[in-house]
Amino acid sequence: MSAVAAMPPKNYEILPKTSETGETIGELLEISMGPHHPSTHGVFRMDVVLDGETVVKLKPVFGYLHRNHEKIAENISYLGSMPYTDRLDYFCSMTNNWAYALTVEKLAGLPVPERAEYIRVIMAELTRLQNHTCLIGFFVQDMGALGTPLMYAFREREKILDLFESVSGARMMCNYMRFGGVRCDVTPDWLAQAKQLVDGYSRFLDEFEALLTQNEILLARTQGVGVLPRELVVNASLTGPMLRAAGVNYDVRKVDKYGIYGRFDFKVPLGEHGDIYDRYLVRVLEMRESVKILQQALRDIPSGPVMDPKAKLRGFRPKAGEAYGRIEAPKGELGFYLISDGSANPYRYRVRPPSFINLTVLEDMCLGHRISDTVVILGSVDIVLGEVDR
Amino acid sequence: METPEQIKARLEAAVPGAKIEILPNDCPAGERSLLVDPAQVLAAAKFLSADPQLRLDFCSNVTGVDWPETEITEKIKVKRVVDGVEKEVEEVKKTVRPGFLEVVYHLYSMELKHGPVVLRQRTANRDPEAPAVSLTSVWRGCEFQEREVFDLFGIRLEGHPDLRRILMWDGFKGFPMRKDYVPPDDFEYEPTPHDEVLEQAKKHYPPEVKA
Repeated sequence: MSAVAAMPPKNYEILPKTSETGETIGELLEISMGPHHPSTHGVFRMDVVLDGETVVKLKPVFGYLHRNHEKIAENISYLGSMPYTDRLDYFCSMTNNWAYALTVEKLAGLPVPERAEYIRVIMAELTRLQNHTCLIGFFVQDMGALGTPLMYAFREREKILDLFESVSGARMMCNYMRFGGVRCDVTPDWLAQAKQLVDGYSRFLDEFEALLTQNEILLARTQGVGVLPRELVVNASLTGPMLRAAGVNYDVRKVDKYGIYGRFDFKVPLGEHGDIYDRYLVRVLEMRESVKILQQALRDIPSGPVMDPKAKLRGFRPKAGEAYGRIEAPKGELGFYLISDGSANPYRYRVRPPSFINLTVLEDMCLGHRISDTVVILGSVDIVLGEVDR
Repeated sequence: METPEQIKARLEAAVPGAKIEILPNDCPAGERSLLVDPAQVLAAAKFLSADPQLRLDFCSNVTGVDWPETEITEKIKVKRVVDGVEKEVEEVKKTVRPGFLEVVYHLYSMELKHGPVVLRQRTANRDPEAPAVSLTSVWRGCEFQEREVFDLFGIRLEGHPDLRRILMWDGFKGFPMRKDYVPPDDFEYEPTPHDEVLEQAKKHYPPEVKA
């Protein structure tokens, strides 16, 4: 019997550092960062090679939360996938629902009543508010601001989740939208509560910005870090605040004008340098624009039905064909691609996850920075692993 | 934006030897797609991204589709001489469409703000790791999505800088998104399998064992 127990596997490796002529001049350290690391926002792993404290190579490793969402959806009905879409980006279930409903409506040519369109816009913009608020809370926590900003963010998020709960029955897994409308109507009382929250949100943002925007530590840690040039950002298919922080004016709400976004007056905030600080500012300004959209939508919402009377949910069989639908989710462009063969289940169901594709350039952003900066850079991408791994 | 016919005509003029087919789409709002042969798809992609009228600089979505071998039954009317009289008879014609795998790209333009143009390429058959051509050198955004297509569909995209499994672990056998993939049943062990579980278990063992 061997008396010596086997050594546990190491989670680091020492590699030789060689000069251009091939001589050994030192050591590199390869470490596995994650999957259980508090800064990875879930079960995400990065294989990092370090020279001292500087990152020389970084490879993201995915799949710890993979459950093959697409295969599940191909084996159930169109309606059956709706609650599963909540679990993709579990911060923003309302926008996930909308993207899926929009694609099915495009596939089958279903109309949506006016009031339902307004409710969808209200829900999507409330989702954007709570997603960006929380993201900023998490991301300053990654830089060491433990607690205070995050708790302020969560206080506001909880108010929005209360609104979601009172209309859909669930805080996060809302399962609220349907093909041809929304599941249930909102009450005048709910609209009054939403209006009160929206009117008070600018004041909260002022308070939040007073804490953070001119903060010396935040400026030092974010300005000039993780810079992405404009050409790379477009070529690497980045979307959402990551894209606009690099100065590219592309917002699906403005380009496609899906739903009724053509009716609202709002601006698309753009960054200039493409660094983390610009991404932070773009998100704050986007929230201020969302408040404007919400005020207009809550003012103009008409009365009427919230569900198309001809819409059929159970036994729904669209004609054969295919459609690609996309919306501007808080994290970027969320797309669904559906192929129907005329049966009750989709033949092919594909999700275009924005945060997965935004990670394409993670290595480019981190190279040459210190290991402590990779944490902040990853925080600024805004990932949710439910969506990355699907 | 230009219609698929116009894009097809200009592509065929710009890429020598390119055979492009426009695939119909019965969905009323859906886009028709351009089917390009894998041998010319890289040249076609370079043209689409650089052409000043199209400027498709943003490759939004990349995905695979599995089309297994299917039997297509069509009813056709044939003229035949029955009992000395020429008659029109309905006959069922059966054709077997060989299976293939497909890679679909949805292209937009961020500069000119139009799109989408749907680009497709097809493999010759459904062999494990059937080859197609990677477009990562044109649009960097394809990198992870093409790795996913390789991982879940088993399409070997030639020219990809880092073609490894991405969502499944290294060493995993099989391609889960193919239509004929049988999921393993040993994740939930049952000492006395019955009904559905038994049926599934039978697929994994040789017939004489019978779970």
